[in-house]
Amino acid sequence: MSAKTFLDAQDRKILKNGYTREHPIFVVGLGICSALAVSNKVENAIAMSAGVTFVLLATALIISSLRSLIPQRARIITYMITIASFVIIVQKFLDAFTPAISKALGAYVALIITNCILMGRAEAFYVTRGVRHSVMDALGNGIGYSTTLIAIAAVREVLGFGTLLGFKVTPAGWENLVVMTLAPGAFFLLGTAIWISRTISERSGGEEGE
Amino acid sequence: MAAHLLTIFIAAILTHNVALTYLLGMCPFVSLSRTTKTAFGMSMAVIFVITLTAVINWPVYHKLLVPNNSQLIYYIVFIIVIAASVQLVEMIMERFFPPLQAAFGIFLPLITVNCTVLAVSVFMVLREYSYLATVVFAFGSAVGWMVAIMIVAAINEKLALIGNVPQGLRGTAIIMIISGIIALAFLGFGGMVDVK
Repeated sequence: MSAKTFLDAQDRKILKNGYTREHPIFVVGLGICSALAVSNKVENAIAMSAGVTFVLLATALIISSLRSLIPQRARIITYMITIASFVIIVQKFLDAFTPAISKALGAYVALIITNCILMGRAEAFYVTRGVRHSVMDALGNGIGYSTTLIAIAAVREVLGFGTLLGFKVTPAGWENLVVMTLAPGAFFLLGTAIWISRTISERSGGEEGE
Repeated sequence: MAAHLLTIFIAAILTHNVALTYLLGMCPFVSLSRTTKTAFGMSMAVIFVITLTAVINWPVYHKLLVPNNSQLIYYIVFIIVIAASVQLVEMIMERFFPPLQAAFGIFLPLITVNCTVLAVSVFMVLREYSYLATVVFAFGSAVGWMVAIMIVAAINEKLALIGNVPQGLRGTAIIMIISGIIALAFLGFGGMVDVK
C-alpha cells in the first residue's frame, strides 16, 4: 500500500489515536454539542462531519505552520479567528450548494467555531507540534468525530423517521419512535454509546481518559 | 410589547431551553455538573457573560456591520467581542473584586468555548430580534441553562451518595442519561407559549 510507505510509524500512530485512544467524543468528551444536535438525520451529519473535518485540517495546517510566530498571550484569539474564517467558508459553501441542509443545520454551522474539538486540539497539539503530525492528528480526530456522528445519526434516522438518507427502510406497520428525533433521544443514545465504548475499553485493558 | 417579551423569556427558559432543547453548551454541562457548587459558579458566569455579549453584539451587528454591508464576517466579529469581553471581565474582577475572582475566576476562560454564548448572538441575528427582545432572550437563555445544569448536578450529587452506578456508566454517560430524562420532562412544557 502506498499509504504505508508515505506515512512513517509515528504518523500512523497519531492518526490512529484520533479515532481510538484519544477519540474526541467518547474518550476526551469534546464536541458533544454538535454530536447531539445535528445527528437527527444522516445527511445533516455528513454535512456537519465534512465541515468539521475541513476546518480541523485547515486549522492544523495554519496554526502548526505559524506556531513560532504566534505570541503566547494572543494564542486563543488567533485560534478563534483562524477557525471562524474557515467556518465562514463552510457556511457559504453549504449555502451555495446544499441550501436545504444549510437551512436544517441553521445556527449549528456557526457553532463549529466553538466546537471544543477544534480549540482543544489547537491548544493541546497544533501549537506545539510540526505541520505533518498536526495534519495527521486533524485527520484522525476528523475520522473519529465523523464516524461517530454518522453512526448516531443513522440509528436516530431509522428509529425516528423510518428512513435512511431519505429512503424508507422500515417495514410497513412500523411505528416511528418520535422521541429519537428530539433532544431526549439524542441524550439517551449518546449516553448509551459512551457507556458501551467505556465498558469495552475497560475490558480490553485500555486506560481511562478523563 | 411586554407580553411579547415575557413570551420570549418563558420560551427561553422552559419550552426552548438552550441546553435541553437546542443541546448547546454541552461540554461545560458535562464536565461541571458533578457538584452543585461548580455548576452554580459556572451558571453565574454564564448569565453575566451571555447578557453582556448580547448587549454588545446587537449594536455591533446592526449599527456597524449592516450599514457597511459586512454581515459576511459577523462570526469573526462576534467571537472577538466574546473573547475580548471575557478577558475584560476577568481583568476588572481581578483588580476590583478579588473575592469574586476567587469564586468564579476559573470558570471565565472556559466560557469563551461555551457554545451557548455564540449561539445566543447568532440566534439574535437569525430571528431578527429587537434590542430589548435580545436582552430578554439572552438573559432568559442563560437562566434556562442554569436551571438545566442545576437540576442535573443536584441529581448527580445525590446519585454519587448511593454510588452503585456501573463503572462504564460513570461520568459523562450517566449525565447524558439524566439529561435525557430531564429533557423528556421539559417536553411537557411544549405548546405552553408560541414563538417562531
